[in-house]
Parts: sequence; C-alpha cells; structure tokens
Amino acid sequence: MKSGSNLEKILSAGNFAVTAELGPPKSADAEVVYKKADSLKGCADAVNITDCQTAIVRMSSIAVGSMLVSRGIEPIVQMTCRDRNRIAIQSDILGASALGVKNLLCLTGDHQKFGNHPQSKNVFDLDSIQLIKMVKDMRDEKKFQCGEELKVEPRFFIGAAENPFSDPFEFRALRLAKKVDAGIDFVQTQIVYNVEKFSKWMEMVRELGLHEKVFILAGVAPLKSAGMAKYMKNNVPGMDVPDKIVERMTAAGKEKAKEEGVNICVDIINQVKEIKGVAGVHIMAIEWEEIVPEIVAKAGFLPRP
Amino acid sequence: MIVGERKPIQEILNMIAEHNKILIAGCGTCAAICMAGGDKEVSILASTIKMARNKEGKPIEILEHIPLRQCEWEFVDELKDKIESCDAVLSMACGIGVQTIVERFPKAIVYPAVNTTFLGLPEEQGVWSERCGACGNCVLDKTGGICPIVRCSKSLLNGPCGGSKDGKCEIDPEVDCAWQLIYDRLKTLGKLDNLAEILPPKDWSTGRDGGPRKIIREDMKL
Repeated sequence: MKSGSNLEKILSAGNFAVTAELGPPKSADAEVVYKKADSLKGCADAVNITDCQTAIVRMSSIAVGSMLVSRGIEPIVQMTCRDRNRIAIQSDILGASALGVKNLLCLTGDHQKFGNHPQSKNVFDLDSIQLIKMVKDMRDEKKFQCGEELKVEPRFFIGAAENPFSDPFEFRALRLAKKVDAGIDFVQTQIVYNVEKFSKWMEMVRELGLHEKVFILAGVAPLKSAGMAKYMKNNVPGMDVPDKIVERMTAAGKEKAKEEGVNICVDIINQVKEIKGVAGVHIMAIEWEEIVPEIVAKAGFLPRP
Repeated sequence: MIVGERKPIQEILNMIAEHNKILIAGCGTCAAICMAGGDKEVSILASTIKMARNKEGKPIEILEHIPLRQCEWEFVDELKDKIESCDAVLSMACGIGVQTIVERFPKAIVYPAVNTTFLGLPEEQGVWSERCGACGNCVLDKTGGICPIVRCSKSLLNGPCGGSKDGKCEIDPEVDCAWQLIYDRLKTLGKLDNLAEILPPKDWSTGRDGGPRKIIREDMKL
C-alpha cells in the first residue's frame, strides 16, 4: 500500500471504484460543507475536493479535506499549480498529510482569466506533471523538490486528471503516459459525454499499456437542463457534448430535464464501465451533490465495498 | 524587439499637468518600429498635448527629440541641453529608456508616455506579438523553436493543458495554443519523441526570481 487510502484499497482489490466531487463554498460556512459531505456518505469511495475551481475563490481544499476526514469521509484533495509555487505546494502537502488526507489529485489549474480575480498574478511555477513527480519523490524518495531530505514523508495515493477531448487528440494518451511516468497511481478524466471519442482514447491508452499501470476513472456528470448541455457544448473549454445528448435533454422538456440528465449519466456509466481498462467512475455533480446517491444506486453500485 | 504602446492621452495629460515646458523624447529603435515612440508618434503626441492644454487655457511649450536609442548613455547625452531647459521629460521609449535618462540626469523629472509590453515581433502591419519571456534559460531547443514560457498561457513545459481546442488556447479563441504549435512542428520535423521526455521544474533563478538581472562579461570589459 502506498497510502493506505480507502480508494487505493478498493482499486487494488480489483473493485470498480466510485468517486464523487464536492465543491467547497464561496464562503466560510462549514455547514454547507457538512451538508454536501453527508449527502455523499456511503455512496462514494472517496470525494474530490476542488481547489478554487475555475479560478474562483472558495474555501481551501485542504481545510475541507480535513473536515471530511473528521466526518469519516475520505477526501481526494485537489492541488493546483496556479496559485502556489513549489515552496507553498510542498508546505501544503505536508500539512494535508498531517491532517489525515491520503489522496492527492495533481492539477495545473484553470487559468485565472475565467475566475473572479482575472487581474491576479498567476504562478504556474510547476506544471501538473512536475507536480506529480515532486509528490512522488516526497513520498517514495523522502525528498523535497530541491533534493533535501524529508524526515517523515507524506503518504498519498497520487492522482491526476486527463482530458481525452481536447487537442491535439493524438497527444492526449501520450500525455497520460508522461503522467504515469511521473508517478501517478490513478487518473480521473474530463466528463465523458462523447463515449465514442472516449473509447478511441482508451484504445490508444491500452496500446501504450497504461491501463495496466494506472487506475483510470471515467468522469461523468448529470446534466440539469438542455441549456446546461448547450452551454457546456459551446462555452466550456475542453468539453465535448455531442448533439444527440443536447437533443435528448431538449426532448425531455423542462419538467423532466433533471430526470433525463440522471438517465443519461447512468447510461454513460453503463457504457464506460464496459470499456476495457476503465477501473471506476468519477461523478462530478456540480452544485448538485445530493443527486449522487440516486445515480450510484441506479448504476447498481450500492452498497459500496 | 521591445514592444510597447502609448498610454491613454488623459493619463499623460494628468502626469504633466503641473509643467509648462517639457521635452518629449522618442526612441529611434524599438519604440519607432512598433510605432509607439518614433518621429511621427512624438510629433502627434506633442500636437495633441498642445491642443489639449490650449483648450484648458494652460498653454505648454514642447521640445521634441528622438535619439537613435534611448537605452544607451551615449545617445541620451545628446538630450542634455533640452532636458536642462525643460521642467520635465516625457519619454516615449520603453521603460529602459526612461530609466537611462533618470540615471544620466538625476535631477530630471521623467514620465513614461509608453507602456512597455513585451518582447516580440511585428506579425503583420499593425499587429505585434509576444515571442520571448526573457527567462534567462532558453528551452527552444526542446520545443521546436516555439516558446512555451510566453506562448502557453500557463507556461507549461510538458504538453498542453486540457483546454486546448482546434489549435486555440482556452483563454482566447484568437490565441494559438503553443503546445499545438509545438506538437505540429515536432511532427513535421519527425521529432515527436522529444515530447516523451519529462522536463523538470524550471530554474526560475535566471528569470522571475524577483531580483534584477545583470550580465558581466569580464572578457569584454575595458
């Protein structure tokens, strides 16, 4: 065991994993966190805590991770390179580990242009691949990035994200290979709506043998409305929403949109879980965390191991 | 070349509001080429300021001079008499030019009329584009001659982020994705294998480390 996390245990035992996402509040309100956390309890093996996603200031992912630990829910703390240099990241990593966090997802981070402080100075001292290598060296070599010895190492199950839908497409599997080389243990993908393209990417991933070196969790998300599907299709960088999904949401009408969103999500889960090399799903119900138990139940994933 | 653009006229007028006689110093090199501070721009700015001040009922006397390079002592020395006869200098060079005058003429009040923007090239008439971040530790050998430090919005060294779509950067559909350019070029060169190498964290001590940089060539010193 590299970290002893629940997620690591489930994946290592060959079980199909289910992770979910929890977005921290844009406030100091702990109750929001506990409410969302409690709705995810028992239906996800571990819960991602986003790190100021889309560059909007939110409660610290490490603080929220620690709150989840105290609630008996396992967090996957997301760590981006956007806001911290290597000194701050390593400091935060030590702190997160000491607070009982056992899963760390290493990300470059969204550009600040999209957030609520577009005038801010970004950092990007490291990229996500360099971050992965740094975390692995801290864990396995007991070394800081500078090479200095680290007495008590942080023990993380190291994760990354990968987007099979952005360009250059031919490079996306190779990019995952770089992340595997750098030291990841698991990867969560961008939200899959285009299963066909995802399958092609998985084919490339299998050709490189990456599915045998790393656990791949396919990202899924329930749509709430036809408008949301259109918005994601047209305005969210790196998203690929096929017309047939938009049409399905439109055909459902306003009243049944949410129900259809859940059905589509479950359909996609059923399709991706049949793809060779997919070890689990990551459910990103953006500001709709309470729907996750229903999705997990409908997908036949309950009770969790 | 160093690329800049003139500040908004109101900002310039506010800077020089208290002065009655100024020198507008242009620069015959980069600022002239990027059409921010050459002959024409100095002349236009002088006329604009005079008109604005006349309208306010506070006429101003303006001298004009365009040294070949405002970033070198020997060229700014030719400004001496004009600077001494004026209340202030409005520099239309890059920030280096402003500071060269300040250092050479410690008593002079010098204002920047140009925002120094980046190191780049004129892509086409009227379009300038950034090419170099002056990081002091060039990686162009590894990236097919395309700089990921300034041309990738996140300065990534190991490939594109998840926002690259149709060859464009997620921050702006007008911005080329540097990693798409790098990928395409390395593919053309038959060197895609370059991309498999994990580039380590960059040594920023030669660049954005927060201290002013200096090059000393003992072999060239007199």
